[in-house]
Amino acid sequence: MNTYIYIACMAGITYLIRVLPLTLIRKEIKNKTLRSFLYYVPYVTLAVMTFPAILHATQSPIAGAVALIAAILLAWFGRSLFQVAVISCVTVFILELFLCR
Amino acid sequence: MNKKQWFVRGMRAGIPISLGYFAVSVALGITARKAGITSLQAALTSLLINASAGEYAGFSLIAVGASYLEVTVMEAVANARYLLMSASLSQKLKPDTGTIQRLLLGFTVTDEIFGVSIALPVPLDPCFTYGTFCVATLGWTSGTFVGAVLGDVLPLRLLSALSVGLYGMFISVFIPEAKKNRVVAVLVAVSFVASYACEHLPVIGAWSEGIRVILLTVLISLVAAILFPVSEQAPNKQEDPGT
Repeated sequence: MNTYIYIACMAGITYLIRVLPLTLIRKEIKNKTLRSFLYYVPYVTLAVMTFPAILHATQSPIAGAVALIAAILLAWFGRSLFQVAVISCVTVFILELFLCR
Repeated sequence: MNKKQWFVRGMRAGIPISLGYFAVSVALGITARKAGITSLQAALTSLLINASAGEYAGFSLIAVGASYLEVTVMEAVANARYLLMSASLSQKLKPDTGTIQRLLLGFTVTDEIFGVSIALPVPLDPCFTYGTFCVATLGWTSGTFVGAVLGDVLPLRLLSALSVGLYGMFISVFIPEAKKNRVVAVLVAVSFVASYACEHLPVIGAWSEGIRVILLTVLISLVAAILFPVSEQAPNKQEDPGT
């Protein structure tokens, strides 16, 4: 398997997805189900990828779980992407000082 | 405003985005390194793709030696939302915007850049978005490179902490929407439970993570689209500019 072919596949399909609606569809999408599907996709896919994977990302699953809860609360109360990301990292770092040797 | 002024205004909007991208893409670079990708290849991927979830999913599949087709399909699913964003962005352009401008603009669609572009008063001058993209991708690409380079040097404890940053970013995309929309909130909970269950189910648990993510995403989103169709007003158009 060649890494450059992987990158070319990823870049090619991603560019097509981004550029096709801009160039081809010059009218608004009318199909309600398709619109709704495309609206839900990002949130569902990110949620599926977040849990339970976040528990395996850290050395201690407990640290991952606490970071998950902290991030959800911070995002809920309107913290920015940057703040949520950094505070999740700091939470894990501090917890693992105690949880891992 | 002329094109140059729009470009500068876009660059200014790109500064906070770029800083956020840098922090997050360090974690992405680490993931790339774990997948056996060199730092330059990782930076090239980020420069060409500019999509956190898509790149992360791609690197994870490369790490387990998935086929080119599997990676391509995963990428299509992980980035499917750009289809809707691009469609919405096309409505914001002047009708006489040329094909070359549209081809260039297509390269720049990310959650955050879309956010600041769509928030502008109509119509959108693509130069604004180019300015934002140039600054933002600088943070994204260099962060990925730094992460991939330092991945070997950083202690395990620090790596463990940084790798959570990406999930923090995912969470800060879906939670604010879940707060605004109860259906999305329920879908997030369903996704968590289904994803956890699938990992532990006898047959499905043996499938690759990428396949599980694709199937769960399509299934849950499709059922939601049929049961809870979104009303005529496109919800994504009102999105606040991200950080």
